[in-house]
Amino acid sequence: MTVLLDVDHVSKFFPVGGGPNQLARLKRRLSGGAEKLPKVYAVDNVSLVINKGETVGLVGESGCGKSTLVRALTRLIDVSGGSIKLGGRELALKPARVFARDRDRARIQMVFQDAGDSINPRFTAFDAIADPLRRLRNIRGKTLKERVEVVAGQCGLPSVLLSRFPHQLSGGQRARVGIARAIATEPDLLVLDEPTAALDVSVQAVILQLLQQLKRELGMSYLFVSHDLSLVRLLCDHVMVMYLGKIVESGPARAVFERPWHPYTQALVAAVPRFAGAAAERLRLKGEPRSPIDPDPNVCRFYGRCPIGASDCKSKAPVLRRIGSRHVACHFAEEFVVQRVGPVHGAQANRQI
Amino acid sequence: MTASSVLCVERLSVEFRTRSGRVRALDNVTFSVRKGETIALVGESGSGKSVSAYAIMGILDPAGRVTNGQAMFGEIDLLAASRKQLAAVRGRQISMIFQNPRTALNPIRPVGRQIADVLVRHGRVPAREAPQQAVEMLRAVGISDPARRASGYPFEMSGGMCQRVMIAIALAAKPSLLIADEPTTGLDVTTQAVIMDLIADFATQRGMATIFITHDLALASQRATRIVVMHAGHVVENAPTLDLCTQPRHPYTAELVAATPDSAAKLDDLAAIPGSLPDLRRTDLPPCRYSERCPRKTELCSQSLPLTAVGPEHIVACWNPLPVHAPLKLAIGAS
Repeated sequence: MTVLLDVDHVSKFFPVGGGPNQLARLKRRLSGGAEKLPKVYAVDNVSLVINKGETVGLVGESGCGKSTLVRALTRLIDVSGGSIKLGGRELALKPARVFARDRDRARIQMVFQDAGDSINPRFTAFDAIADPLRRLRNIRGKTLKERVEVVAGQCGLPSVLLSRFPHQLSGGQRARVGIARAIATEPDLLVLDEPTAALDVSVQAVILQLLQQLKRELGMSYLFVSHDLSLVRLLCDHVMVMYLGKIVESGPARAVFERPWHPYTQALVAAVPRFAGAAAERLRLKGEPRSPIDPDPNVCRFYGRCPIGASDCKSKAPVLRRIGSRHVACHFAEEFVVQRVGPVHGAQANRQI
Repeated sequence: MTASSVLCVERLSVEFRTRSGRVRALDNVTFSVRKGETIALVGESGSGKSVSAYAIMGILDPAGRVTNGQAMFGEIDLLAASRKQLAAVRGRQISMIFQNPRTALNPIRPVGRQIADVLVRHGRVPAREAPQQAVEMLRAVGISDPARRASGYPFEMSGGMCQRVMIAIALAAKPSLLIADEPTTGLDVTTQAVIMDLIADFATQRGMATIFITHDLALASQRATRIVVMHAGHVVENAPTLDLCTQPRHPYTAELVAATPDSAAKLDDLAAIPGSLPDLRRTDLPPCRYSERCPRKTELCSQSLPLTAVGPEHIVACWNPLPVHAPLKLAIGAS
């Protein structure tokens, strides 16, 4: 498989101002000392690869940095470090403002969370879909009209609806406009940020199947961001689980959900409501996540909420290591491999490493 | 009304007057909750789940009006009760948790004070002891360092913690009925599980009945003993959870089950429900408001809606319910 997007050790930190020591900090700055603001480690050293035609899922709780990561790799914000390569071309060095007019802008497009909020209310459906074509592909006039109608047709949007404003469309139709706008420029990578979160279950399936069909027809790669694990399971080939700015587990979607190895993934999978079934295990996370502001580099980010929480966990932060077909960032991952797969399989899995 | 029912809602109808006509939001809604039981109201947005709860609590929008029905809570009909009677019941015997805890809490009052207010007003706790008891309530809902948190404001807390505070407020006066309106929408799945556990634990400890409103059938199936499915202001099916999920009799319920992502093995199995809710302002609404979307429509469907008992405690509002033991897949394939 050819690599489409190669993200290597990307970080994004946000300095946080204010706080009780503001005066002290000002004094230090005036006296010429180095000013060091505390930073939020929103995305910390994340590497990932998206292959051509692949659907990659990104899951994690709110505040774990998945949106920041997505915004960084769609080049809506600048990164603090690392490299983002799209088809071999380095994008991370270009400031986001410059990239907005870059020729590769059209190759990464995004479907935002709530189509009702992310479409300009004063644009008709036609304008919303035409906007990226005008700006990025420089298409005008009759060609533009034809292209918009073709794209709308691909997304199952009748052309009579194109003259309507977002508030005149139903939720499902708005979602279709959001998707049509994103695929209009024929991107290679489509980033979907919870595309069905605002929809009722009755239309959710239609939109997901539309996305699946578009992917087959147009050969795009998807990065699917969601906290609904049952959807990620249905849609994705590969999944990454993020916790407090770090990827804690990644691997083939089915395997990760069937036998999660990282304790956080286990809690996440256990928390998904299972249909008409008794809760298999009551693995619950206690407490709140650690602060993402200047986290101690020697403590596991999950320490404090983790059911294991051994002494190793607060003296040495686990790195993401390869185990079989997956990557896991936990000191005790092997124990779960053995425990969950059973002794025989576990031994085999260990041998493969 | 059976003796063990805490709340018995019968033939509840609600309409809203709007500039573009009357919206008949609820029509003949009937269900009841037994002591200590958890039931779930499930449906798409606009199906009337929240309006039912608001009507019961007497907090409908001024444009809304109860046109028919009763809601018996013990000896009191909540829909006919005076403001004074209602004030004695609400917050004390029935309380409610709202969807978005951040907007439901008072943003400029410390959370401990907000809990203490309820304790003084409804819990008959002397004002002097209330702050201390508020801290105890915060501890009971699992907030760490409750003494410090009690003086904090909602904006200083995460969504999950705000919802815990809401629960503390709702449970402060030890109600016998809790109405939870989408208590975990907008929260992470991990937090959702913890919050739902918390509500369930209190319910078992205190023998409290719970009406749990959600659009997530999977969540409802896990948490409720009985599920009431609503569609466009009608109760279409009311059954014990297992029956409803494995043997749905109303075509809409069957579609809802098939549209639940967890029930599908692969994406192609995931079904969509064709059509959309009818416009409730229409004057020519058919007796069965699902009939225009329904694959099993017959001539009978133009007659007034039946309420057929198809099993013990299993009621379905359909002239042509799905047959028993028909495999679910076939029933959906027919649409």
